Amino acid sequence: MNSSDPVIDVSGITKRFGNKTVVNGIGLQVRRGEIFGFLGPNGSGKTTFIRMLCGLLTPEAGSGTCLGYDVLRQQREIRTRAGYMTQKFSYYEDLSIRENLDFIARVYAVPDRRNAVNAALERLGLDRRGHQLAGQLSGGWKQRLALAACLIHSPKLLLLDEPTAGVDPKARRDFWDEIHRLAADGMTVLIATHYMDEAERCHRLAYLAYGNLLAQGTAEEVVRAADLTTWEVSGPRLAALADAIRGRDGVEQVVPFGNTLHVSGRNAEKLETALAPHRAGGEHRWKRIPSGLEDVFIALMDGAEDNYQ
Amino acid sequence: MNRFAFHRFWAVVLKEFVQMRRDRVTFAMMVGIPLLQLMLFGFAINSDPRHLPAAVLSADHGPFSRTLVWAMRHSDYFAFVREVDTEAEARRMLQLGEVQFVVNIPSDFSRSLLRGERPAVLIEADATDPAATGPALAAVRAIADRVMARDLKGPPAALHAKPGPVEFLVHAHYNPENITQYNIVPGLMGVVLTMTMIIITGLAITRERERGTMENLLATPVRPFEVMAGKIVPFIIVGYVQVSLILLAARFIFRVPMEGSLVLLYGAALVFIAANLAMGITFSTLAQNQLQAVQMAFFFFLPSILLSGFMFPFRGMPEWAQWIGTCLPLTHFLRIVRGILLKGNGFMEILPELRPILLFMAVAMAVGLKRYRQTLD
Ligand SMILES: Nc1ncnc2c1ncn2[C@@H]1O[C@H](COP(=O)(O)OP(=O)(O)OP(=O)(O)O)[C@@H](O)[C@H]1O
Ligand SMILES: [Mg+2]
Repeated sequence: MNSSDPVIDVSGITKRFGNKTVVNGIGLQVRRGEIFGFLGPNGSGKTTFIRMLCGLLTPEAGSGTCLGYDVLRQQREIRTRAGYMTQKFSYYEDLSIRENLDFIARVYAVPDRRNAVNAALERLGLDRRGHQLAGQLSGGWKQRLALAACLIHSPKLLLLDEPTAGVDPKARRDFWDEIHRLAADGMTVLIATHYMDEAERCHRLAYLAYGNLLAQGTAEEVVRAADLTTWEVSGPRLAALADAIRGRDGVEQVVPFGNTLHVSGRNAEKLETALAPHRAGGEHRWKRIPSGLEDVFIALMDGAEDNYQ
Repeated sequence: MNRFAFHRFWAVVLKEFVQMRRDRVTFAMMVGIPLLQLMLFGFAINSDPRHLPAAVLSADHGPFSRTLVWAMRHSDYFAFVREVDTEAEARRMLQLGEVQFVVNIPSDFSRSLLRGERPAVLIEADATDPAATGPALAAVRAIADRVMARDLKGPPAALHAKPGPVEFLVHAHYNPENITQYNIVPGLMGVVLTMTMIIITGLAITRERERGTMENLLATPVRPFEVMAGKIVPFIIVGYVQVSLILLAARFIFRVPMEGSLVLLYGAALVFIAANLAMGITFSTLAQNQLQAVQMAFFFFLPSILLSGFMFPFRGMPEWAQWIGTCLPLTHFLRIVRGILLKGNGFMEILPELRPILLFMAVAMAVGLKRYRQTLD
């Protein structure tokens, strides 16, 4: 495999459960050393897609390669070389931290196993608690253990399904530092997340809703492509204002942001017309701001919902 | 890459050992069940089996010896499968369990009978299971009296004297005192193993699925056979602990004789344990959750305990039940254990019973491997 070839290169990947299409013809390219964010509302098919990448589910249609191996036929090769962190903690709660790491290291025939396990424990900061049962760890620590376990065989590709759900801010920052370090060394990372700050830390993003890929690119590209106009309002009685403008033609989102209100819509002119009477009142301060990722994602999701129904 | 890898298999073995050690309740059950059953089954279960296979070793070809055989057959208790010519052959059939009885008719039977000398007929019985032989032996005297009374008409009728025209000598082999525990206690070994081994492994894979650890296991390069074999090995040791417990109880509490080689017994037990574990693993690939796996285990356990010859004498069962029984590994293992302990059987004698168990294991393992899903769909 050439180092410039994409590590993940799939197209038309489709998965149905019964007659419900959960992943609908998704194509993705992820380059080596890239951190690729995977976003989308609950039930949009992120987990399902990642499972298909590592051969845990068989796609109904589509083709492509992962690490240069066919995703439909060479699943074993992919499994050996990729590290997959499941959304739900799926290590053994009745094994200790060390025993879990040791099991995984044995399965992957990690060379110099003892040192590899010790190093992983140290990196986790758990070297003194290695004998503790995994089931007794707090939620965030379980996540950290799972990440350490899926790194132990030095995979070339990391597939992380919401790895930082429930992890405290400091640990999340450490985690992202680690991910960036690994990526700099050439590891490719596909990471599903619901956090906007994490989305912004990714090199590129994909946004999924109801199984459809709605947007793809860098955070800036995604924002630009959405072409969303956003106004920030500040002043008194924002809740009343929100009720007054919500649902007006051209107003697609009214979201409170701390002491301000974000009002956005895809059609700038219509939005302007709808807001004009309120702006004339002079009671509030109005400011046009660049749309954020979250505004864009919520707009994308609302749009997809409309199409879906 | 495409073959069985010892390191992956060994990883699973070690993991299972640790998990087993942590699961104190299950471990206690593994020891508790054999003890409980030993106590429960300390009493006998009776029945009245018929059509027991018998061989005739007749040195007399007179009319009365034929009448006697005919009468015994018509009693429904005996089914004469063969006439044998030598003592050694008769002995061998008895040892292999092909017949339950050998009827020895002495050379001058008819003549002695006419002379009123009360000739002695020796019935050698395989009494490992006293419940099976008892009723037939009890019936034989009455049969002879009745039939001979009819045949010995005219002058010889006088011979039909009070003690009966024929004297029956019974030689109960293998369990001369007809002690039921001799039969039950070795049998318990098979019953306990069937029950615990199937349940414990039945849970093995469903547990992984229920706890969500299956997703992780599937995402690793572990192969189905490595998982299955790795899960079986630790429980073989548990099985051996059970076998040893029962043997100790058999020896020191129930004083069951141990004629044959214990090494051979442990060897045969290994095959039997592995067969049950394979069955359990197969159940757990078929079941959706742990409850279903336990239910399947019981579904298998009931016919095993009822139709294997443990509860009721095998030969007392209707033919269809015997057919089912023949397919169950427990049936064969019971014969092996009783054969080794009570009859002192060696490897060649148990081989015919070992083969079906091996076949059963191969089939169960094949189904399990086929059913083991490598994906989550
Ligand atoms: N095994 C399954 N059988 C049937 N439907 C399923 C199965 N797994 C997932 N689904 C459905 O597929 C859809 C996508 O699920 P998926 O878990 O991929 O979503 P997700 O994007 O990971 O959501 P979340 O953000 O909540 O983790 C959901 O509607 C879910 O109900
Ligand atoms: Mg998910």
